[in-house]
Amino acid sequence: MEPVVHPVVALVDVVAVLGSFPALAGASLTVERGEIVLLRGPNGAGKTSLLRLCAGLLPVERGSAHVLGCDIVADRASVRNRVGLLGHSNGLYADLTVDDNVRFWGATVGASDAEVAGALQRMGLAGRLASVPVGRLSAGQRRRTALACLVARRAELWLLDEPHAGLDAAGRDELDATLRGAASAGATVIVASHELERAGSLASRVVEVVGGQVRDLPRRDLNVGETPS
Amino acid sequence: MNAWRVARLVAMKDLRIEWRSRVVINQVLPFAALVMVMFAFALDSDNVLTRVAPGLVWLATVFSLLVIVQRSFAVETADGALDALQVAGVRPGGIFLGKAMALAAQLALLEIVLLAAAVVLYKTELRSSGVVLLVTTFLAATTGLAFVGTLYGGLAAGAKGRETLLPLLMLPVVAPVLIGATRATEAAFGTEKATPSDGWPWIGLLTLFAVVFGAGGTLAFGSLIDE
Repeated sequence: MEPVVHPVVALVDVVAVLGSFPALAGASLTVERGEIVLLRGPNGAGKTSLLRLCAGLLPVERGSAHVLGCDIVADRASVRNRVGLLGHSNGLYADLTVDDNVRFWGATVGASDAEVAGALQRMGLAGRLASVPVGRLSAGQRRRTALACLVARRAELWLLDEPHAGLDAAGRDELDATLRGAASAGATVIVASHELERAGSLASRVVEVVGGQVRDLPRRDLNVGETPS
Repeated sequence: MNAWRVARLVAMKDLRIEWRSRVVINQVLPFAALVMVMFAFALDSDNVLTRVAPGLVWLATVFSLLVIVQRSFAVETADGALDALQVAGVRPGGIFLGKAMALAAQLALLEIVLLAAAVVLYKTELRSSGVVLLVTTFLAATTGLAFVGTLYGGLAAGAKGRETLLPLLMLPVVAPVLIGATRATEAAFGTEKATPSDGWPWIGLLTLFAVVFGAGGTLAFGSLIDE
């Protein structure tokens, strides 16, 4: 008998509020393992709220929500150690070196030295850069360090909010290669971005978030309804 | 990962941050020493200084605690690391204990310097009969202060105006530690003919304080830092 494979994200008519404002108003979304999904939509549409909800940070007021098989309506903390959220901030300690940071975040899930070294290598941070305090890095290098932390944490679902921001062309290429590599290794990636050309070429699927609701877009509609930010 | 392993991981991380940044050594220790010198200038009488030395040591400790707690949570919020710890599913009770352990270690170093400053500047005499009481007082009071500092640091971390909010929230709460630790230290020093036996009842208060805030903080820290 074939084992039942659950979607990585299964949201049905989800309502979530920020204060008294409905951030998500009946959002439904299904994401399968290994997909790279681009979330697009104007500012304030609910993209960041959707990512935070999937990370177990935003409570679900109504509807049904499962992430990585965990019912996040009943217990939203249960999914947290299996997802990696990279928002507008990087979650790094400026006084610690790149190596210290990746080692610390890896240690939160019991990553071995080899896994930490692998994460540094994969993000091009091995060697001299590993011993540099994060506070002395460029914005792009910090972003790469944050991604190395996600790799070391063995996140199964990567939730990225404007991941290309602050990266130079080489950094963007490296990021895209890392995300493709993560997806082909079985991770699932959801990216919220305004950089549709860059993120669109990366994504296997495009989803639009407008007014707290979610709808799938055919890829040819990538630029329809774009709102300048 | 269980709470103790998380605590050790977080404590080592915080101490490593201090080791690399040297903020406590280069800024907080000189600040505390300066406070002791200013007290000496302000009171300007050997007799008075010797009599009030225990209170001044603990007052300088509490002022320095505020600075260390601000710093301890500033590194967590500067780049969203506290949020990231939540997302990573790291046990909040472990984060609380780890940050308190690191804070206690830094406070202990500070208190040694303040005690030495009291001996040099205020001509305080340490008596061998009061050493056990003195060490016990410092252990119990430091533990209590570290727990309260971590709890209120976490509470203020996400708030607007946290720099001014933290002293307002924390100072009234640490008053029992300030009183208890001062009385017990006076007994250890033999201030005003006090004997070590006068100090032990205060150890009970300090221990109770540490236990209550340790247990309460471990249980409540998750709700405090969660949305």
